[in-house]
Amino acid sequence: MIVANRKNVREIRDMIQGHSRVLLVGCGTCVTVCLAGGEREVGILGSALRMSLKLIGRGEVVVDECTIERQCDDAFFDALASHGAEYDAICSFGCGVGVQALAERFPGTAVYPGLNTQFMGLLESQGVWAEKCSGCGNCRLGEFAGICPITRCSKHLFNGPCGGSRDGQCEVREELDCAWQLIYDRAKEIGMLGRLEEITPPNDWSKGLDGGTRKVVREDQCIAGLGPKA
Amino acid sequence: MADHEPLILAFCCHYCAYAAADLAGSMRLQYPNNVRVLKLPCTGKLEVNFVLAAFERGVDGVIVAGCLEGGCHFLEGNLRARRRVERARELLGEIGLEPERVEMFNLSSAEGPRFAQIVNEMTTRLTLLGPSPLRSACGAEAGVREMTRQAEKMLESDRAGEANDRCQP
Repeated sequence: MIVANRKNVREIRDMIQGHSRVLLVGCGTCVTVCLAGGEREVGILGSALRMSLKLIGRGEVVVDECTIERQCDDAFFDALASHGAEYDAICSFGCGVGVQALAERFPGTAVYPGLNTQFMGLLESQGVWAEKCSGCGNCRLGEFAGICPITRCSKHLFNGPCGGSRDGQCEVREELDCAWQLIYDRAKEIGMLGRLEEITPPNDWSKGLDGGTRKVVREDQCIAGLGPKA
Repeated sequence: MADHEPLILAFCCHYCAYAAADLAGSMRLQYPNNVRVLKLPCTGKLEVNFVLAAFERGVDGVIVAGCLEGGCHFLEGNLRARRRVERARELLGEIGLEPERVEMFNLSSAEGPRFAQIVNEMTTRLTLLGPSPLRSACGAEAGVREMTRQAEKMLESDRAGEANDRCQP
């Protein structure tokens, strides 16, 4: 899932300065699961924001809340479309994708982010999320025993650990596990150690994280006349 | 008592603080009458936005009173409540309201005098802090009444839900 965390209430308050009707829009998917932008969190932030505005003498600003199923899918905006136009600013509590989707859907309305989108990750233990994937566009997890060196090795190394791996910990930050130690341990466990003796050539970065934004197109799913832009 | 008499909302656990408040009354203990008690089935029911909603409606302070640590009827509801109170305090700090306006206490149902002491302690603290800048001239009391009504409605619907669940084949 996409993991995010909330911005400071004052930061949000300062962003919406100058607006008189603000709608806080939560997202019911990833950010609900990571406890950053679901219905409950939007309720908390809404309450805090109203109080914060009142304390600086801007109590007249209307701050309402609503949460839709998913901000990254236009189909779910219908619920919002009817009253979204009544506001002069929208603060999205979705990930960066949600913020931009709202900006596209409401071209005449100012749209602000309520969250800081962090990464694609996994719940490690209650209240702790860890980064696992960089979306590099060329997944090679099969070569590394299911542990991603691009995301989890601080130096993105493809051919074994650097000299800074100490007792399974990374030299960049001690609390980080050395990804290559994890790869080695797991490869040993599943009998894949031989693979680690092969030299891995440099990655093809043209498939992601470089060269501009990407699109995934499934021609068989495109509706005639509404296909991808050339 | 200073000119300003703080209005306090106390979220009390059914199994301890609510019974302790009852006991304080039976014991004829004197404590300030500016506290409004809202019963929860367990402090684990408390959400951060309950606390914020109270301040938004203009109360001067909030008491969250749960069972002694290790003595929660639902094992760890009071421990969760403590963390939620911490989060609420953090948010109050961010918006510029004194975090000390909300505090978590632990007591047993046999501690009537402790309940009176808690109310006294919070009243003194809030009198020193002064009225909440969010308190409107006459809105706070009405706000607390509204919250109590909403909470009762919520508990009623919870109970109705449980009754319906029991009726399921």
